[in-house]
Amino acid sequence: MNILVCISNVPDTTSKINFVENGTKFDKNGVQFVINPNDEFGLTKAVWMKESHNAAVTVLTVGDQSVEPTLRKCLAIGADKAIRIDCSSKDGFSVAKEISHFSQKENFDLIICGRESIDYNGGMVGGVIAGILDYNFITNCVDLDIKGTNALVSREIDGGIETLECNLPLVLGAQKGLVEESDLIIPNMRGIMMARQKPLETIEAQNFNAESINQGYHKPDAKKEVKLVKADEVDKLIDLLENEAKVI
Amino acid sequence: MSILIYTESENNEFKKSALEALSYGKALGEKMGENVTCLSINSNNFNSLKQHGADRIIDIQNQSLEKFIVKNYAEVIHQIVISESIKTIILSSSANSKYLGAYLSGKLESAYMSNVIELPSEINPFLVKRTCYTNKAFSTTEIKSEIKIISVSSNSFGIIENVTDPDIKKIDVEIKSSDLKIKKIDKQTGAVTIADADIVVSGGRGLKGPENWHLIEKLANLLGAATACSKPVSDLGWRPHSEHVGQTGKPVASNLYIAIGISGAIQHLAGINSSKVKVVINNDPEAPFFKAADYGIVGDAFEVVPELIQKLEARNNNN
Ligand SMILES: Cc1cc2nc3c(=O)[nH]c(=O)nc-3n(C[C@H](O)[C@H](O)[C@H](O)COP(=O)(O)OP(=O)(O)OC[C@H]3O[C@@H](n4cnc5c(N)ncnc54)[C@H](O)[C@@H]3O)c2cc1C
Ligand SMILES: Nc1ncnc2c1ncn2[C@@H]1O[C@H](COP(=O)(O)O)[C@@H](O)[C@H]1O
Repeated sequence: MNILVCISNVPDTTSKINFVENGTKFDKNGVQFVINPNDEFGLTKAVWMKESHNAAVTVLTVGDQSVEPTLRKCLAIGADKAIRIDCSSKDGFSVAKEISHFSQKENFDLIICGRESIDYNGGMVGGVIAGILDYNFITNCVDLDIKGTNALVSREIDGGIETLECNLPLVLGAQKGLVEESDLIIPNMRGIMMARQKPLETIEAQNFNAESINQGYHKPDAKKEVKLVKADEVDKLIDLLENEAKVI
Repeated sequence: MSILIYTESENNEFKKSALEALSYGKALGEKMGENVTCLSINSNNFNSLKQHGADRIIDIQNQSLEKFIVKNYAEVIHQIVISESIKTIILSSSANSKYLGAYLSGKLESAYMSNVIELPSEINPFLVKRTCYTNKAFSTTEIKSEIKIISVSSNSFGIIENVTDPDIKKIDVEIKSSDLKIKKIDKQTGAVTIADADIVVSGGRGLKGPENWHLIEKLANLLGAATACSKPVSDLGWRPHSEHVGQTGKPVASNLYIAIGISGAIQHLAGINSSKVKVVINNDPEAPFFKAADYGIVGDAFEVVPELIQKLEARNNNN
């Protein structure tokens, strides 16, 4: 079984978000980059399948050289091979095109993406890949069981869980639940040493056109100060919510 | 030309989020000089669409669309996009609509913008404002592709009344059978879901244990709210994972978010920041949530919440 895990390299969840160059660029100063949390759940599941399904696990990022430490970490966690498609990612669509182009030649049985990235929050790349390749696509995945060429998958829906069955190849959108937080693999010394021997290939991008162009970022306006109500005057809170905020 | 709105329904009723997508589409149509066409699948009560600006309704009744299979729904939209020369597709931010938007983007080779919170500031170039960095920032993005797919962030635009008398066009679609099958749907009936809720009542580790959750449930019940929790609460198994909200959990975009015994860590706030009004109840005046909230009470949840419940009960009885 041949698995591809698409990795988005994102600012750590505690990062302060700032922009430079007139709001056109993300300020990387002092920011630590990590594996996108949803992708890490997917990667862990894939690494488990090395043993249970004799799977070969490739991780892939579309990005410039600065993403390599994150790919190395994926290798230390247990991926067999890392690929970097060399270009600065323009938009979700062009990233998905690059990944689709690459995957077409490799015939992956399973392509795992995250449900969404925590920087762009597009929730799109996995779906676009599936749409382009005409593969099945299941997102918000919380459970996966593969038998032969058949996948049994559970996904979160608004207010519940849905269980689906389909054939491979399949594109998944992973999230917490696929594995648990406590299952995440913290690389040990041996893993880190072995990762150094594993291949990290750079391949040339096709440079597909972007379908959208980011014109700039800005941050929300500073918030007004909180209105405090005394603990023994909860009536006042109800009154404020009813008559001032008009939300109840 | 027409703007296509995918108006999602459940149990023969159009979802609130679908009416918001329609309201957005109608306003966009006015800006672009186009009318709006609602796509209705397996529904037969169009009243709410007529009250919120539908100019046309495409009515599809088809057994094989009974369950939401993303490929099949994308196939239907693809056929309509071609037959009706659609250039703009509006979706809501429900789990299924976002699922569909991403897949459609690949199928139609067109840009898909999720988390859009306003009408485009300009049509030519087509500039949309969306949230990114998990609600810590906004971006202004130009959509270049000829076909544009937009999903409107929940509770960002609102539902606007606009009575119309739409044409209803029944059409047949052909759907290839898919190897993907839905085996089972486990859904709580009756409970308000976080995605659909106007109000969310959320509890954190300050509540000490699952045995105290009756307070959260009681309060939520009185307000017609959904219940949610912070991440450690679901990690500890006090509450199901599906209630975990925040950067790595479910996003919340309700009108009112009430946080009880939640400290307000950056990862928690990131997921709930797009809620309109935030209330915090916490016994530590230094808790970071007070910096993010609109209203707050510094106090012990075990005293404040029962008090709040009692006052709300009295208020409900008087109304
Ligand atoms: C990668 C990563 C991702 C994360 N993603 C998320 C996420 O998506 N969502 C999320 O929620 N967290 C997330 N976290 C965790 C986050 O950092 C915090 O640890 C978490 O939000 C704290 O939860 P809490 O406020 O319930 O608990 P605590 O931090 O323990 O806070 C409890 C609060 O309750 C108050 N309290 C105690 N007793 C009472 C009382 N009697 N009455 C009133 N108040 C009381 C305390 O003053 C305190 O402020 C993430 C962390 C990491 C590292
Ligand atoms: N530049 C990238 N390279 C590889 N995979 C990516 C990239 N950007 C996004 N992805 C994948 O697509 C998922 C969804 O991302 P997004 O559409 O940005 O929310 C992520 O969780 C990753 O699995």
